[in-house]
Amino acid sequence: MDLHTSYMGLQLKHPIVASASPLSEDVDNIKRMEDAGASAVVMFSLFEEQLRHESAAMEHFMSYGTNSFAEALSYFPAVEDYHAGPERYLDILRRASESADIPIIGSLNGITNEGWIDYAKNMEQAGARGIELNIYYIPADINISGREVEQRYIDIARHVKQAVSIPVAFKLSAYFSSVAYMAKQLDEAGVDALVLFNRFWQPDFDIEQREIVHSLDLSRSGQIRLRLLWIALLYGRIQASLGATTGVYSHVEIIKYLMAGADVVMTTSALLKNGIAYLTTLEEQLTRWMEEHEYTSVAQMKGCMSQQHVADPTAFERANYIKILENYQSSYAL
Amino acid sequence: MTTQHTIFDGNEAAAYVAYKTNEVCAIYPITPSSTMGELADQWTTEGRKNIWGNVPVVVEMQSEGGAAGAVHGALQTGALSTTFTASQGLLLMIPNMYKIAGELTSTVFHVAARSLATQGLSIFGDHSDVMAVRSTGFALLASGSVQEAHDLALISQAATLRTRIPFVHFFDGFRTSHEVNKIELLTDEQIFAMIPDELVFAHRARGLNPDHPFIRGTAQNPDVYFQGRETVNRFYLETPGIVQDTMDRFNDLTGRSYSLVEYHGHPQAERVIVLMGSGAETLRETVDYMVHNGDRVGVLQVRLYRPFSAQPFLQAMPDTVKAIAVLDRTKDPAANGEPLYVDVVTTLSEAAATAALPWATPPRVVGGRYGLSSKEFTPAMARGIYNELSGASPKNHFTIGIRDDLTHTSLEYDPEFVIESDNTVRAMFFGLGADGTVSANKNSIKIIGDDPRFYAQGYFVYDSKKSGSQTVSHLRFGPDPIRSTYLVQSANFIGCHQFSFLNSADVLARAAPGATFLLNSPYDAAEVWDSLPLFVQQQIIAKRITFYVIDAYKVARNAGMGTRINTIMQTCFFAVSDVLPREEAIAKIKDSIKKTYLKKGEEVVRKNFKAVDETLANLHRVKVPAQATSTIARRDVVAVDAPEFVRNVTALMMDGRGDELPVSMLPNDGTYPSGTAAWEKRNISMFVPVWEPDICIQCGNCGLVCPHSVIRSKFYNKSRLQPAPASFKTAPLSGRGFPDVYYTLQVYVEDCTGCTLCVEACPAKSKEKSGVKALNMRAKDPGLDDERKNIAFFQSLPDNDRGRVDFSTVRGVQYLQPLFEFSGACAGCGETPYLKLLSQLFGDRLLVANATGCSSIYGGNLPTTPWAVNQEGRGPVWSNSLFEDNAEFGLGFQLTAEKHRTLAYQLLQELRSTLGDDFVEDILSASQDEESEIRAQRARVNELKQRLANLNVTKAKRLLSLADQLVRRSVWIVGGDGWAYDIGAGGLDHVLSMDRDVNVLVLDTEVYSNTGGQMSKSTPLAAVAKFAVGGKMVGKKDLTLQAISYGHVYVARIALGANPQQSLLAFREAETYKGPSLILAYSPCIAHGINMEHGLRQQKLAVESGYWPLMRYNPDLRRDDRNPFMLDSPRPMIPLKDYAYKELRYDILRRTNPEQAELLMRLAQENVDLKWRVYEEMATRGDPEHRFAKPN
Repeated sequence: MDLHTSYMGLQLKHPIVASASPLSEDVDNIKRMEDAGASAVVMFSLFEEQLRHESAAMEHFMSYGTNSFAEALSYFPAVEDYHAGPERYLDILRRASESADIPIIGSLNGITNEGWIDYAKNMEQAGARGIELNIYYIPADINISGREVEQRYIDIARHVKQAVSIPVAFKLSAYFSSVAYMAKQLDEAGVDALVLFNRFWQPDFDIEQREIVHSLDLSRSGQIRLRLLWIALLYGRIQASLGATTGVYSHVEIIKYLMAGADVVMTTSALLKNGIAYLTTLEEQLTRWMEEHEYTSVAQMKGCMSQQHVADPTAFERANYIKILENYQSSYAL
Repeated sequence: MTTQHTIFDGNEAAAYVAYKTNEVCAIYPITPSSTMGELADQWTTEGRKNIWGNVPVVVEMQSEGGAAGAVHGALQTGALSTTFTASQGLLLMIPNMYKIAGELTSTVFHVAARSLATQGLSIFGDHSDVMAVRSTGFALLASGSVQEAHDLALISQAATLRTRIPFVHFFDGFRTSHEVNKIELLTDEQIFAMIPDELVFAHRARGLNPDHPFIRGTAQNPDVYFQGRETVNRFYLETPGIVQDTMDRFNDLTGRSYSLVEYHGHPQAERVIVLMGSGAETLRETVDYMVHNGDRVGVLQVRLYRPFSAQPFLQAMPDTVKAIAVLDRTKDPAANGEPLYVDVVTTLSEAAATAALPWATPPRVVGGRYGLSSKEFTPAMARGIYNELSGASPKNHFTIGIRDDLTHTSLEYDPEFVIESDNTVRAMFFGLGADGTVSANKNSIKIIGDDPRFYAQGYFVYDSKKSGSQTVSHLRFGPDPIRSTYLVQSANFIGCHQFSFLNSADVLARAAPGATFLLNSPYDAAEVWDSLPLFVQQQIIAKRITFYVIDAYKVARNAGMGTRINTIMQTCFFAVSDVLPREEAIAKIKDSIKKTYLKKGEEVVRKNFKAVDETLANLHRVKVPAQATSTIARRDVVAVDAPEFVRNVTALMMDGRGDELPVSMLPNDGTYPSGTAAWEKRNISMFVPVWEPDICIQCGNCGLVCPHSVIRSKFYNKSRLQPAPASFKTAPLSGRGFPDVYYTLQVYVEDCTGCTLCVEACPAKSKEKSGVKALNMRAKDPGLDDERKNIAFFQSLPDNDRGRVDFSTVRGVQYLQPLFEFSGACAGCGETPYLKLLSQLFGDRLLVANATGCSSIYGGNLPTTPWAVNQEGRGPVWSNSLFEDNAEFGLGFQLTAEKHRTLAYQLLQELRSTLGDDFVEDILSASQDEESEIRAQRARVNELKQRLANLNVTKAKRLLSLADQLVRRSVWIVGGDGWAYDIGAGGLDHVLSMDRDVNVLVLDTEVYSNTGGQMSKSTPLAAVAKFAVGGKMVGKKDLTLQAISYGHVYVARIALGANPQQSLLAFREAETYKGPSLILAYSPCIAHGINMEHGLRQQKLAVESGYWPLMRYNPDLRRDDRNPFMLDSPRPMIPLKDYAYKELRYDILRRTNPEQAELLMRLAQENVDLKWRVYEEMATRGDPEHRFAKPN
């Protein structure tokens, strides 16, 4: 069985990739992912905003109370070489890259041009085999147009591509007027892969405390449909590789994504729920299913259900909704 | 060889040499010497090597006694060993010092000389401590400046190896230890040249070595002990000569000349002052000035005080001298003179007896005291002494620098005598501790001092508050070395970094004519003049001051730096002071910012750069009018209705004028009135909580967590509201059955530190607007006048009857008056809520023995105390003995209570027939566990006292003197973890082992908070602290299990922020338990590296992670055949790291050594898991009923 796939120029032994999650904050976990069979690991996201905040906060806490009281001119030992910048992230990335044979992909969430570029360069130097730019910019200002938002994305893509020589993936949300056009523009800007889709920041409410809750639930398998749609539509129409993420709990979702045209399928929730070793299970399930259905390679399966390859291309368009209604009753029943 | 200059303070100057010339260093933190040990530890962490190319071993011990013991052991086995200490710490070393000296062992103890605790503790400098060790056999070598502290550290180290006599090398605490100055740095080659290898080898060879066995430390009998003591004489006789020889050798190597006794002044001086330490520098300056003006005066500086050598002294003294004043920076109240004076008199007397005196007529010698506890010693005072020596019969045993209107020891002097050179820039900066003024000034000194054209000096004065503390920086810059060891007296630059100081301090009092004044002001150049108080306007005009303003807070906000204005004000200083060309100065500031912050994140650099760039555009000169027109007068320091002592004494200290208080105004035995913090009204927070009565559910949580007791609750009958101010807020008391009873939650806004813990604790939220609670932080000033009236009205409402209050609930406790209020503790302090609760529950019969530490400073550092008095005139009594003896000290309180109660019982029995059988029986048999019972007993005792007063018999009088003891007293032994786990552990253990009814409250911050975050045995595994820079490698001691092991000790582990009800229960159970009780209270601290607003959250997380399991161990339960061990918190719900990494003390290790952090966190988690298993097993043993308490 040939499970090999190519993603953003990287040759992977199979299409199951561990996506960005807190699990990769620990080098040991990354090693365990490799041991469990992950074909690549996307590191947890480095958030520029958080780094800036941390840098200021560290300085604040280190100096708080200093030179204020005669008996205690400081409250912490003098630590000259502590790092409040991306060093901790880069250190994990470096150690993971050195110790793992599979590609380690850095993940970056920036807010400024300098941030995107500088940190991307840092990741490249630390040994990342690729960079995933994870963008969810929330245009809360009602005066910002969709066009401006799109341009911002495209500018980031261009800047980062110019800054680094390793492949760059773009993980974006589905909230564009024309997702396909947006994908095409990013493709033209040179990105090496599109990852569909991140789970756009959606706060929840705690009605007892009447507070906004900042948490992210595990994804659900039902969430794959939006992604299936757009992967199937984009497959074969852009140069960039396609990565599918969200809602992967078993080989079924993997196969669906592959059939839609994904080059890799990423999962976090399944690992958080079932443990890192579940990667092995997923690979085994995929292999078994393919064997049972007499597929010989991932390449053979890839995109077979894409819009280009389905018998009825309109199935992916709005008319299909009408069809669901029409099919409410069996065509064959009396 | 090119001389390398550096900027050091005295501590670093001495520690630098000590580190370079030793192999083992054992220390214990104590102000003002702590920095030396911390630096040594830091250098080992950095891998810095001594002159032999190895990294010394630095260990922190459990006390100075322990440090001395470890040093003694290291010395006895041949290691070059040292320690650093001061004050009581040096006293704790005395037993070892006698041994070390008796065994002729080479070592140097570096001492930042400090006052001893007598009528009060003082952290400041004088020679009381070193004088207390003058008979140990150690040599005493005194440095008078930062350069000397550096040089004499080496000379003493070289001399001790040559003489075999151990040395105390000392310099004045704070004045020298904390003065920052530019010095010539000793090179490794110079140091090496002073310490020949053969002396090191000889020292090693004298060490214990099984390959060449012998014994040392024998017990000796009357037959030989005496002779044995005399064997050392020759070593002491040779020492002065060897020290001088060593000084000469040092001079050859460095060009810096020192003598055992050094004279400076007119060659035919008639009046000479003899002294040691930093005062000699001031005297040199004064002598130069006076000699220049025709006076024949001189100063004789003693450097080698022990062994005292007569010959160098006599040789150095001019033979023209007619009158000598010997100054001692110590007091020996029972002696016929202070030590140096007595030594000089003896020297002259012995010389006279052997006809060795160079004078035909022996000079008149008087002794005087100066500079105790860092009291200023100025040229004016020096001249006052010379003037006194001119008289026919100069006063002996005089004092200088104070006004002694009781025994009239003090000399007069003219404070207007100022001799500061115009070659020197003298700058003063008034700042808040929190605004970074001192840090910026230290940076400025470095910037200027690094310039070969300049010398620089800085000295910093701090007040005693831990929140809203004020700092005054005294900086001097000039082309010549700066030797003025006194505060700036005539400043040609004054920076005031807080506008509010204009009302609270006389900022321009020391401004020289034509000075420059820089003010951080919310008012711009056009508006500011009319916002100044009248006396400030008058000073600006009279002194022709050039006046600049900047709104530094606005610039800081715009640069994203919050309230940190240090860089901005520093930039202003360079811009208007002309110390350096402006462009050059700005470039150097930026360079310094980059060096300091680059590794700490570009964001910090970026913000600081932005602040510098925006400063100049916002700095404006103010056009000064010809007339002062302000109608703003200075506010009274305290209210006019304050008690007399507060108005006449406390207020002067608050106002920074304590130096003006004469001897007669001060208590002669250290006794001060309670409740004085209430008069202070520090107004340090611009934002305060504002109460929303309609949202409030009257739960009492806010008041419980408030560290400064500024949130008070009362209920009262509606009719009481009749004269209430219109702005007074009120709400019907929640709960059924009280239709006419109202409730008010009053915020004492002038005492609030703005910590926001009350808002965090508030569970009541608006139904209409998210984020609005029953308490919300709002700007203080708009409602300040109204709130003052509201507070006055609130105070006029009667305190709630303690008999009607439910002591068992948080809701009930809010109505108990705190008798611990408005302390100077840090905003958000995690300790003080426990003390406040203690004072609420038992305050009117509470005795507190307080170990030295944070709680003794915010509890008892003058000028004020938060320990207060209730409307009945009762309140907690509080005392601090020492750091190490607090458990024993508190035990003494209880022994008195027991003894006097027993005596009272006996006398009651004996007077039974007179007083009434039933009445006496009621008193004797009264239960006093509950408050209602206590109050009933108090009523009986009042009745008893009335009856006794009418009985004119001796026994009645005796009983009257003891009757108060018939109301059960509540003895609490309070201290931090440094005391309980380390220095006081032995005493605490012993007191707990006894069957005495004492209560111990350990305010556990898990580090030495008061001295700046040094590791204690309470510091947790994986946390970083001073002396645990790489993360603590072992877990904290479980004091609860240690106490439980006795079986008869009540033990509780509490965290108020996690479960207030459990804390309350533990306090009440401990207090009523008839035996020793121990409560360990989790106390968030700024040394944890958290935003103190999150102190409550961290307590919850500590409990939820299982790191701080809440528990109680009540031996009384055994009587009912129940398991005394109760776990009050549920099984761990989160991993340790989810709690720990929210604190910098843990998180910093992830940023310095991630692998080590991972390892230690894993071990720490294992520790937590193990501890939980042990606790769970103990809690479930044979008693399924107590398997777990319900989570709160």
